[in-house]
Amino acid sequence: MEIISTYNSTIPFYAVMVSLLAVPLIIISRSNPNLREGWTILAALVKFVLVLTLLPAALEGKAAVFNILEIAPGVELALKADQFGIFFAIIASGLWIFTSFYSIGYVRGNNEKKQTRYFASFAVCLSATIGIAFSANLLTFIIFYEVLTIATYPLVIHKENKEAIAAGRKYLLYTLTAGVILIAAAGLTYHYTNTLDFSAGGIFSDVNLSKDAVIVLFMLFLAGVGVKAGIMPLHSWLPAAMAAPTPVSALLHAVAVVKSGVFGVVRVVGFVFGPEMMEQYGLNNILFAFAGTTIILASLLAFKQDNLKRRLAYSTVGHLSYIVLGVSLLSTSGFTGGIMHISTHATMKITLFFCAGAIYVNLHRENISQLDGIAKVMPWTMGAFTIGSIGLAGIPPINGFISKWFLGIGSLEAGMDIGLTILLLSGLLNAGYFFPIIYRAYFKEGSGLENYGEANKLMVVPITITAVLSVLFGLFPDLFFNFFDLAVSITTDVMKGL
Amino acid sequence: MIEKNLPAIIPLLFLFASLIIPLLGVWKKNLAYPIAALTALTSAILSLYGFVFVILTGPINYYFGGWIPPVGIEYVYDHLSSFVVLVINFVALFVIAYSYQPVEKELPGKQTAYYSVVMLLLTGFNGMIITGDLFNLYVFIEISSLASYALIGVGDKKAPFAAFKYLIIGTIGASFYLLGIGYLYFMSGTLNMNDLYNILPHMNDSPTIIVALILIVVGLGIKMAIFPMHGWLPDSYTHAPSSSSALIAPIGTKVGAYAMIRLLYFVFGLNYFSQELAVSDLIAIFSSAGIIFGSILAIAQKEMKRMLAYSSVAQIGYIGLGIGLANPFGFIGAVLHLLNHAFMKATLFMVAGSIITKEGHSDIFKFDDTYRKKYPWTMAAFTVAALSMVGLPPLAGFFSKWYLALGTIENSSWLFLAVILISSLLNAVYFFRILEKVYMKSPDASEVKEEVKRNEIQFSMLMPILVLAIGLIVLGILNFIIVEHIYKMMPEGMFSL
Repeated sequence: MEIISTYNSTIPFYAVMVSLLAVPLIIISRSNPNLREGWTILAALVKFVLVLTLLPAALEGKAAVFNILEIAPGVELALKADQFGIFFAIIASGLWIFTSFYSIGYVRGNNEKKQTRYFASFAVCLSATIGIAFSANLLTFIIFYEVLTIATYPLVIHKENKEAIAAGRKYLLYTLTAGVILIAAAGLTYHYTNTLDFSAGGIFSDVNLSKDAVIVLFMLFLAGVGVKAGIMPLHSWLPAAMAAPTPVSALLHAVAVVKSGVFGVVRVVGFVFGPEMMEQYGLNNILFAFAGTTIILASLLAFKQDNLKRRLAYSTVGHLSYIVLGVSLLSTSGFTGGIMHISTHATMKITLFFCAGAIYVNLHRENISQLDGIAKVMPWTMGAFTIGSIGLAGIPPINGFISKWFLGIGSLEAGMDIGLTILLLSGLLNAGYFFPIIYRAYFKEGSGLENYGEANKLMVVPITITAVLSVLFGLFPDLFFNFFDLAVSITTDVMKGL
Repeated sequence: MIEKNLPAIIPLLFLFASLIIPLLGVWKKNLAYPIAALTALTSAILSLYGFVFVILTGPINYYFGGWIPPVGIEYVYDHLSSFVVLVINFVALFVIAYSYQPVEKELPGKQTAYYSVVMLLLTGFNGMIITGDLFNLYVFIEISSLASYALIGVGDKKAPFAAFKYLIIGTIGASFYLLGIGYLYFMSGTLNMNDLYNILPHMNDSPTIIVALILIVVGLGIKMAIFPMHGWLPDSYTHAPSSSSALIAPIGTKVGAYAMIRLLYFVFGLNYFSQELAVSDLIAIFSSAGIIFGSILAIAQKEMKRMLAYSSVAQIGYIGLGIGLANPFGFIGAVLHLLNHAFMKATLFMVAGSIITKEGHSDIFKFDDTYRKKYPWTMAAFTVAALSMVGLPPLAGFFSKWYLALGTIENSSWLFLAVILISSLLNAVYFFRILEKVYMKSPDASEVKEEVKRNEIQFSMLMPILVLAIGLIVLGILNFIIVEHIYKMMPEGMFSL
């Protein structure tokens, strides 16, 4: 790809704002649930279409830019829908549509309280997520990042029991701390470079810094974005946050929030420091060590969990670090694989969470040891679960295989054979903690299932669609949205200096 | 013609109001509030006009009685003072508008005296900001302090003692300041600020000047409540009537901070207090200690007004730290926080006052999720102000912290950077504690609960709270316009430092 050109467009702004505008409508129509959910669905569809309209230009290498206003000397509150931003925005806004339908089935099936607050917070979260995706500079990124933190809080504590409140406090402790550390990192960056704009290949090229200063700065950034990305030892808010309703876990704690963290890691590596600098100061090795450890440890911890959602949470922690690992390799295939894994993990993990929620609403079971024989009553759900599981273990033809393949090749390109070992080992571990669930569901004899059938259609249909998408993207990675092309072209752009 | 006399008109307007209110009060008691509100509105409009006028045509210098300084007293209406006057008078306007019901409830029958003293307080504050003369500043400090003692003393049972404590400490502070300017006058023969700014560089080595500087910093530090000279503040704000604490807390210490900025940057000069003497470092160190100390003590409080009072100690620390950093970003941070904190604290104290008016207490441990249903708008405003205090973007509080953080980085003061960041988290602890109680059903609460009806505070109280809360969002998003203007407020040559 040649040099990225930009054009002015208000569409990124509208794409961010549309779900925010839906919030007052959702609150006003709180006495009419059907109308209220109608606003959510409408916002989700409009948002997705708006994001999609930016795609053709992005594929040609043009980024839509919208400067909202100057917010600090030399720093604009600005949106820039570059390829990476669009990549993330399509995933988040697209999956929001399915999650919205699923949410309706879930909260009604479960008779959840405070549904208005639930849907309103959800809409704010999506605005923040798209804002993060389209942030043109660090300050804009931080603003949306913090908005996301606050907007997710009411969803984490939704159940308002002791466990949820404890989870909420832990969540705030981790994410707010990360937020202020990120502010410090941004302040230092501004001091050194006089700019905060994201730029492919990094913004430190003209600056001479001591090795210590660079490493401190990098660690600050890593702590700042690493919390949401679940990099160990900063991950423990995520399993706790499983106290939230399942659609929240599905979209936010498997896609929007945690991927915002990973998105931040990629931005920091590729667009703030840049690959050259990462290599020069050995920062890639730091990142690699953290990511590698997280992958293995998280997979091992997942075995211990009997609660299905907690097992999925640990699995998420591990898979987020796949992406980080891919980025840290600083090789073309590794970077591509990492970015691809943002999309592949999203469709697979959201399917799994959807399944867990469907089982909870339908059978009121949340522990793996209670799942014996449930495939007989919930064939569609467990079929989807099977697809998601084998995908995460990296078995073709599910899309998880593709990203893993590139990550593996990337490890070899970078001369990091240990990376390949970690990936293969983790694949086995994934199979190890997912397959027993499938075995129980299909081959063990269950009890107390006589009066139950498949879950509500509002839930089963989204589950089926995301599972089918996982397979389709596995067979045709460029289907619909050219995810693969985008990933390759983002990589070329970032790696041009190497 | 009016703009030429504006610097004198604003304090005099308040002075006349404070004299007219008791006179008319003899005849008709309920005239006090309308006159006070009308005066506050007029001055707010005048200060807005003056602010715009200064931007368009430059500073206004007013000579009292036509006497040219240094013989006569000079009033200076420049970028900095016109900005602070605007902030003070706007916040005062909203708090006075709000105060009708709380005053009627907490101080029945004393409205005339109350509003008269409030006008006197604002005379003092406005005078302190506008004057260009050191002794005149002392006079206004005393006027505003005496008024504050009275406003605090009429509170609950413990209020007279709190006011007495404040009186003693405040008088010591004022005396320190008076001694300081005495030394300056003795050495230079002038009390005009501009004059001194030109003369002092020639006598920098004199120990008398050093002593004068220390005395003035300590004196104003007490007025501003910089740690460890804050002892008078928590008791005063806790026991004062809610309308008084809502008025004094957001703007009282700010005027002290302004006087500190004026004296250090525009009388002694940046070079003197930051380069030749390390006074700026001392201010920064004490302020940082105050930030941590105030935040931790705020966490320990169980009464909302007292918690806000300790939080004020911490927030004053931010302004002090910005002053002490003595670089452009620190200056921006200090001035911006002066504005932001005035808005935030006014909102928070007014919310606390509303809860006291409605519930009869402001004990945090008695807060529960019925408040959300009873006072939805008040609580929404509280949430906005609390998040802004924590420093979450895009609310106003974030940006003052951002500039302060840039200021610490500029000086490579990593400790101070850590203080700013850690205090954000401490703020989060004591504000989310309340938010959790208000927005969440307590897990221990019994399931069955009688329906609570909406019982929102009166519109005249709610409106000012909401306007200021919305102001926090607007100030946050539009902060750049203000920051750009703050550059103009800096003393000459600060940029090139």
